[in-house]
Amino acid sequence: MNTTDTHVTRADAHLPQVHEPRNAGVAVDLSWVRAVQANTSAIERRAATLPGRRSVKKDHQAAWLCKAISLIDLTTLAGDDTEGRVRRLCAKARQPARADILDALGMQGLTTGAVCVYHEMVAPAVEALRGSGIPVAAVSTGFPAGLSPYRLRLAEIGESVAAGADEIDIVISRRHVLQGNWQALYDEMREMRAACGEAHVKAILATGELGTLRNVARASLVCMMAGADFIKTSTGKEGVNATLPVSLTMIRAIRDYETRTGFKVGYKPAGGISKAKDALTYLALIKDELGNRWLQPDLFRFGASSLLGDIERQLEHHLTGAYSVGWRHAVG
Amino acid sequence: MTVKEIFETMDYGPAPESAAPALEWLVDMGDRFGCFIDGKFTDPGETFEAKNPATGNVLAHVTQAGQADVDAAVTAARKAQAKWAKDGHKRARTLYAIARLLQKHARLFAVLETLDNGKPIRESRDIDIPLAARHFYYHAGMAELMDEELPDQVPLGVCGQIVPWNFPLLMLAWKIAPALAMGNTVVLKPAEYTSLTALLFADICRQAGLPRGVVNIVTGDGAVGEMITAADVDKIAFTGSSAVGRRIRAATAGSGKALTLELGGKSPYIVFEDADIDSAVEGLVDAIWFNQGEVCCAGSRLLVQEGIAPRFYDKLRARMDTLRLGDPLDKAIDVGAVVDPVQLQAITKMVDGAQGDIHRTPGPLPAQGCYYPPTLITGLSPADRLMQEEIFGPVLVSTTFRTPAEAVELANNTRYGLAASLWTENINLALDIAPGLTAGVVWVNATNLFDAAAGFGGVRESGFGREGGWEGLMAYTRPRGTAKKLSPIAPYTTDDGDPIPPLDRTAKLYIGGKQARPDAGYSRPVYTRTGKLLGHASLANRKDLRNAVEAMTAAKAWSATTGHLRAQILYYMAENLSARADEFASRINALTGGRSGEAEVTQAIRTLFKWAAWADKHDHRAKPVPLRGTALAMNEPVGNIGVLCDDARPLMGLIEPVAPALAMGNRVAAVASGPYPLSATDFYQVLETSDLPGGVLNILTGDHADLVPHMAAHAGLDAVWSFSSSALSAEIERASAATLKRTWVNNGQTRTWPSATWLAQATEVKTVWIPYGE
Repeated sequence: MNTTDTHVTRADAHLPQVHEPRNAGVAVDLSWVRAVQANTSAIERRAATLPGRRSVKKDHQAAWLCKAISLIDLTTLAGDDTEGRVRRLCAKARQPARADILDALGMQGLTTGAVCVYHEMVAPAVEALRGSGIPVAAVSTGFPAGLSPYRLRLAEIGESVAAGADEIDIVISRRHVLQGNWQALYDEMREMRAACGEAHVKAILATGELGTLRNVARASLVCMMAGADFIKTSTGKEGVNATLPVSLTMIRAIRDYETRTGFKVGYKPAGGISKAKDALTYLALIKDELGNRWLQPDLFRFGASSLLGDIERQLEHHLTGAYSVGWRHAVG
Repeated sequence: MTVKEIFETMDYGPAPESAAPALEWLVDMGDRFGCFIDGKFTDPGETFEAKNPATGNVLAHVTQAGQADVDAAVTAARKAQAKWAKDGHKRARTLYAIARLLQKHARLFAVLETLDNGKPIRESRDIDIPLAARHFYYHAGMAELMDEELPDQVPLGVCGQIVPWNFPLLMLAWKIAPALAMGNTVVLKPAEYTSLTALLFADICRQAGLPRGVVNIVTGDGAVGEMITAADVDKIAFTGSSAVGRRIRAATAGSGKALTLELGGKSPYIVFEDADIDSAVEGLVDAIWFNQGEVCCAGSRLLVQEGIAPRFYDKLRARMDTLRLGDPLDKAIDVGAVVDPVQLQAITKMVDGAQGDIHRTPGPLPAQGCYYPPTLITGLSPADRLMQEEIFGPVLVSTTFRTPAEAVELANNTRYGLAASLWTENINLALDIAPGLTAGVVWVNATNLFDAAAGFGGVRESGFGREGGWEGLMAYTRPRGTAKKLSPIAPYTTDDGDPIPPLDRTAKLYIGGKQARPDAGYSRPVYTRTGKLLGHASLANRKDLRNAVEAMTAAKAWSATTGHLRAQILYYMAENLSARADEFASRINALTGGRSGEAEVTQAIRTLFKWAAWADKHDHRAKPVPLRGTALAMNEPVGNIGVLCDDARPLMGLIEPVAPALAMGNRVAAVASGPYPLSATDFYQVLETSDLPGGVLNILTGDHADLVPHMAAHAGLDAVWSFSSSALSAEIERASAATLKRTWVNNGQTRTWPSATWLAQATEVKTVWIPYGE
């Protein structure tokens, strides 16, 4: 394998247009939306048996965990974020595990998928990541509730793009879903997508607030019809964030959308994924349901802050055979 | 491959579970096993090889038991039984200990099961062993509760149990746990392909402090099964093929041994157009590719509504392409090895040359071992052989339907009736279709859910009896009480009987709500004890029986009526009988030459009242299964029942079996008392004034022995009951083997049965699993 290319990746290497045509969206099709079904108990049973159906061991596990790192949107979304804190996080994104560990694995140059911050932190993040090829994602549109004035929400997107964000994580208006107002959701998503311009847009559904998996499935579909590049579960601020049943529901929607339109849409579970073992289960889920093509940063991301630490410990354990501890690994 | 390379390919790689602890156990046991009899392992005798189907490697040598072993096992079981039956709490403690030990040794059992059977370790670890342990926990509770909740039931005694190779330990648990809980002792034979976990279980029994002789395990092939069937046991419980089930039915005919059979299936998997299609596709993975499709209740017959069929098949094929087949000990394998080269060959032979479009999971099969790829055959029609016959492998066959009614018709177009799955998001449709499916188990938006609290078992040629739940205990108990020997009653005869005036009534047959002359045109005179001619009774033949069965089948709406309506009609019958009580009483006296007529009529009226009362009170149960949802145990009518009436009681002989059968929604063809047939024919006049729909109750007269072979063999009868004083029980049971219908025969004895027995005989428990949640 030629590994030299991995040291210097282009800034847009993670972005869909490199590999796939960007999802242009399609006209809203309400009959399709209303025909979508999601049987909660069947989905839960499938999700419950998933961890027992797949197991990845030894070198394969190490490789899969490195893959997980490459798919992390390393995230800080706290009210006390500062430029310094964000610079630290960006340094961690560049060097997500100790150099000696990556050397031993032959995974030099591994970085996280992106760094995800609030708008005010976009500029310092862009600065800190310059030359690394790691994109900056900004949460936007009145994140996390999405209830600030609509015009300001759209304007916020433009500001973040202007500040250098490559990806915009928008939040949808949950009320449109809860009221079955699919046209309004479609229109909102369409305008937000337009406001993003060349930046890629992830639609955060806040699935923990949508009430049912059927709503999750339908909202997923509407956002894809309206041109979302990614659909994402959660802000991380809802009571329930990413779960396997929600993920199964959303990626089945992605699969259906691709079958009908040909567009591949990305998936980002966010919040609640903090263990290496969980990450492996998610990767197996994506691999089995959507295929290997989705195991690339242009089509899959983990929205996570503490997951990386657990993966680092597992990788060290893989190399040494001894269980590791947090303070042996650099904080972000 | 380097980590970097795997990072690019994202392959799964091997994830093997270690076989070492199980292999060490085999070595510790000397790699050679005797039988487990009277609490000890016997010295190994003549042995056969237990092989790992994934590799062909020999795992151990297992004894081919002989007659002496079976005799010793039965003797030990017999000796242990009375004491074991004494103390329910002690039984509960022992069963609890077994459950705990199964859990403590769970991984050992799982690995050994996978080595011996070829099933993926994921399944033995996450399904077989936990369900087996759950069965012992549940029945530990039943042992504790028996005295209090089933005070009128007693154990059967010694139970011979023969289990199959597809779920070796789980089927053992399904057999042994309820038998032991109810105070029986057992002689169990595991399948010859898969004896090892039964032998490990024997080891566990010793650790649990199970008294000697309560559980005996004898190993070997079908010959050993035949020895157990022929042995001095009180019951045979068998799970396996319909062909062997037939042989056991015939072999035990007339022996008085209780019998339950859990046999084959060709279970429909119905997908309606409003279903969650992805979940329904995923469900098929658990329906037909679970345990390599070697599952009696496998959803092996896919029925898809036409409008969604192309899309459904596309999704299904895509899903099949990601199934992983290979080393069963690998923790990321979906489909393991078929149990034995013989089974692999059987599957291959059945499928080779199949019509339709065949899709298989791609990729090479492992170089060695018994593997068959997951296979889908679409575009078949019900007339295709593969749509009818059980394949018992990972092969799914499919056709389409247009309407819900057609789905039910296709689903029920089979000799089997074990299980069914149906997928729809419409609760109205689901709860309408479920009762219409001919099956012992129905899963709504799910498949292959099992639990100790929920009954499992089939109808038609899938067998009879239930395992699990309260209903499963009926297979291991009988009502307290003793039976008296019956003597045949000959009709009165005379050389020159004068008629008793006034006599102008003609007793005909009563078929389809109409009086019918007998097909053959023969009658026999009926005399009083003193030789007076009372009248003539028609001699029904097989064509009259055929006509009656056709009328019963046409009257199937009766089974769907409300209990309230059935109660009203039974009350009405009692009322009309009461109005003619004197006439019936004197007729009974005239027929029998006794003076019990009045008492018999009174009893008949009471009996009608009792079953009118029960008609709307045999409540379904909602089972507390470990799932968000419920499992409804629905008491459904058996269907068409043929009854040979008690000869001694002209009226009660008819009313006693017919009233509960009608109350539970069955249709009946009753053959009246042989010597005293005229009360039954009088009774059709009561029926005609009681609003009973035509065909629901058909009354035949004639020679019981003449009608028995046709009754027992008639494919349109779902059950035959015999209270006849003629020795017909053996013939009924033997002839019933062809259709595997339920039989309830008196073996030449008479006793009074509690209501619970009548209810159980007049119903089939259908378990409808209804997971829910939005």
